[in-house]
Amino acid sequence: MNRFLLPLGAFLVLLGFLFVGLKLNPREVPSPLIGKPVPEFTLPQLHEPAQAFSPRSMRGRVWLLNVWASWCVSCRDEHPLLVEFARSHPVAVVGLNYKDKPGDAQAWLAQLGNPYTLSVSDLDGRVGIDFGVYGVPETFVIDKQGVIRYKQIGPVTTDALQGKILPLIRELEQG
Amino acid sequence: MIPEIGQLALILALLLAVVQGTLPLAGAQRGVKAWMALSRPLAAGQLLFVAVAFLCLTWSFLGSDFSVVNVAKNSNSQLPAHYRIAATWGSHEGSMLLWVLMLSLWMQAVSIFSQSLPREMLSRVLSVMGLISVGFLLFLLLTSNPFERLSPPAAEGNDLNPLLQDPGMVAHPPMLYMGYVGFSVAFAFAIAALLGGRLDATWARWSRPWTTAAWCFLTLGILIGSWWAYNELGWGGWWFWDPVENASFMPWLVGTALVHSLAVTEKRGAFKRWTVLLAICAFSLSLLGTFLVRSGVLTSVHAFATDPARGLFILVFLALVIGGALMLFALRAPHVGGGGRFEMISRETFLLANNVLLIVAAGSVLLGTLYPLVLDALSGGQTKISVGPPYFEAVFVPLMSPMVFLMGVGPVARWKQAALPELWTLLRWAFAVSLASAVLTPLAAGGGSWGLRLGLFLAIWILAATVASVRERIRNFRGAVHERLAMQPRAWWGMTLAHLGVAVFVAGVTVVGTYETERDVRMAIGDTVEMGGNVFRFDGTTEVTGPNYRAARGTVTVLRDGREVLVLHPEKRTYNASGMAMTEAAISTGVLGDLYVSLGEPINARSWSVRIYHKPLVTWIWSGCVLMALGGLLALTDRRYRLRSTQQQRETAVTSAA
Repeated sequence: MNRFLLPLGAFLVLLGFLFVGLKLNPREVPSPLIGKPVPEFTLPQLHEPAQAFSPRSMRGRVWLLNVWASWCVSCRDEHPLLVEFARSHPVAVVGLNYKDKPGDAQAWLAQLGNPYTLSVSDLDGRVGIDFGVYGVPETFVIDKQGVIRYKQIGPVTTDALQGKILPLIRELEQG
Repeated sequence: MIPEIGQLALILALLLAVVQGTLPLAGAQRGVKAWMALSRPLAAGQLLFVAVAFLCLTWSFLGSDFSVVNVAKNSNSQLPAHYRIAATWGSHEGSMLLWVLMLSLWMQAVSIFSQSLPREMLSRVLSVMGLISVGFLLFLLLTSNPFERLSPPAAEGNDLNPLLQDPGMVAHPPMLYMGYVGFSVAFAFAIAALLGGRLDATWARWSRPWTTAAWCFLTLGILIGSWWAYNELGWGGWWFWDPVENASFMPWLVGTALVHSLAVTEKRGAFKRWTVLLAICAFSLSLLGTFLVRSGVLTSVHAFATDPARGLFILVFLALVIGGALMLFALRAPHVGGGGRFEMISRETFLLANNVLLIVAAGSVLLGTLYPLVLDALSGGQTKISVGPPYFEAVFVPLMSPMVFLMGVGPVARWKQAALPELWTLLRWAFAVSLASAVLTPLAAGGGSWGLRLGLFLAIWILAATVASVRERIRNFRGAVHERLAMQPRAWWGMTLAHLGVAVFVAGVTVVGTYETERDVRMAIGDTVEMGGNVFRFDGTTEVTGPNYRAARGTVTVLRDGREVLVLHPEKRTYNASGMAMTEAAISTGVLGDLYVSLGEPINARSWSVRIYHKPLVTWIWSGCVLMALGGLLALTDRRYRLRSTQQQRETAVTSAA
């Protein structure tokens, strides 16, 4: 055996790992919440603060929870996609308006369009903590039994929407 | 129009690179002089076209041409002109163009300064560099076109990432790339030598100055990056073991080993295979660094827009370049004869030991950097971990400590055969002094950790051992001390200076690590905080407006014994275009230490959270790096290299006259 082949061998092993690594997303942290029931909360609605919203009322429906804020730059990126989604799909999208001023939030929606069935105000971010939010925006897919089935960290992209979220919603709605 | 000219220039450069990567190489194998003669004009042509492309991009940035995607994404009409120029390499596409520009510059430099090389050697070297250039130009044109148009044009640009709007960031990428790409010269020399079957002391002498030059740039590049992080990130750290930092540090470690190994190969003819492998590894790690940064396989603070297509392209390129080089090595290395023999105790042994330690250190950094990826890959995407500073510090200190210790011994040891009793006689005083200061200083300072003692011992040891080596060096010369000192070659002075740089660096790291103090406090107007004999008084904030940002500008007055000695103005900026908030720390730099104040968040109208640090000897860290780089530069100006070139010019003149 030619010992001078060793560096080449080591490099090929490294290359293999790098190749597999290309297909993985280091930012895609598996959420411990997946497969767990959605955390319970009761929060006032953004547009009608007198009315409260609780995930319990969504039982029997597949729905999305989107964490957003008017101060969040990436939210602007995904917003047109959400607006388009809301226009073309009958799925309920609940917005969790995270650590935001209700006035700013309402103005933002008025300007950019409102894709949400309703939004709730999480002024101090307590509910966000229950959902393990560490970057806004984040999007959760919740099934008819109120179990979280998918979590998108960062803006929803066309790829994620077409490749993961929509097929999952279709599957859940049949089940 | 201008962007299209740039695009065209890039395509022309690619065509020239293809010819350069093939014809002169084939010419060297078959002995066709006309083909070999093409290599130099082709290198010049490539530089011309790449420079034109680069200037076109700069022009688009300066003129805020938002019909170019790259400009629209990374510039803004409010951005000051000097940052608009820097924005040229602030994006992924632009920085790859800068990379190619650097490569063309190195190629041109080789073509100018290595005219005295045998024709075959020069053609092969330039051809290998041409092939690398083909890869990068293709990468630019196929996956990262900097001149892509946007239709309709954007009304306004997104602005350059505020983190990059800092003088340090203007200089950091060019310096770093000069270093990265500079190793391609050593790489090309190694491949050319393997191809030609001529792997000897002459080859080492040819590649030495190039390697040293690249190493100097890399040292400066890393230093500027570290200094930028300290100034700009607002938490007073200078090194984070971030994957991208590691990506630049690994080639540095291997490059350092290479610089020393080349010295042995040149002087003693030993370590040939080892040296050539190091030359391949240094550049391979530079390429790997590029891959890690651009492909998004690792999470890092260096958030470049990532794209799997780019990752795949670089991976294939890596496989071809590194795989091909290592294959060539495996084929040719068995036929390379061994070098000069040496004994167990000799300068060769010490240098070899240090080489091995540096490589193991580089390997452990590589392991720590890639471990999250490997684990993720093995578990099918289920296990996500990150490896942080505790791992790197735990591995690094035990590896680097013996290395630094041997650094003191190497320069006084004889080549071929040294004797331990003789070494002990030369170094016993240095040893005693460093041991004493390591024991006594913590006592005088009222305590300290083992890390402090070790660091102090090593810093003083290098200093004292260097003094001993200077004494030993001039012992056999005649004349007054300064005359004898002046007689020593600059290469030797360069080494001495670089080693002193390590001493300064180790002292800085040790002292700042042990004695830095940090307070994170809530301060209302008029509140004071005491730290290390200084009283910091918060005098509130005012609103200021910059060219492309708004900022809250704090005033912090430093009092000593009741007298005002200093006023610091930390800022919290919000950039208009991106809305990004940035912390601009206020730093008072001194030889003995820095006072560092940065604003956290406003708590209410009158109070802020404020971070205050006292960082003793922190500037020594960067000063040490500057000394290392200066040492390298000094070695480059050694008479040997100049003499040889003038002598050879004369020879060439004689041959051409004949």
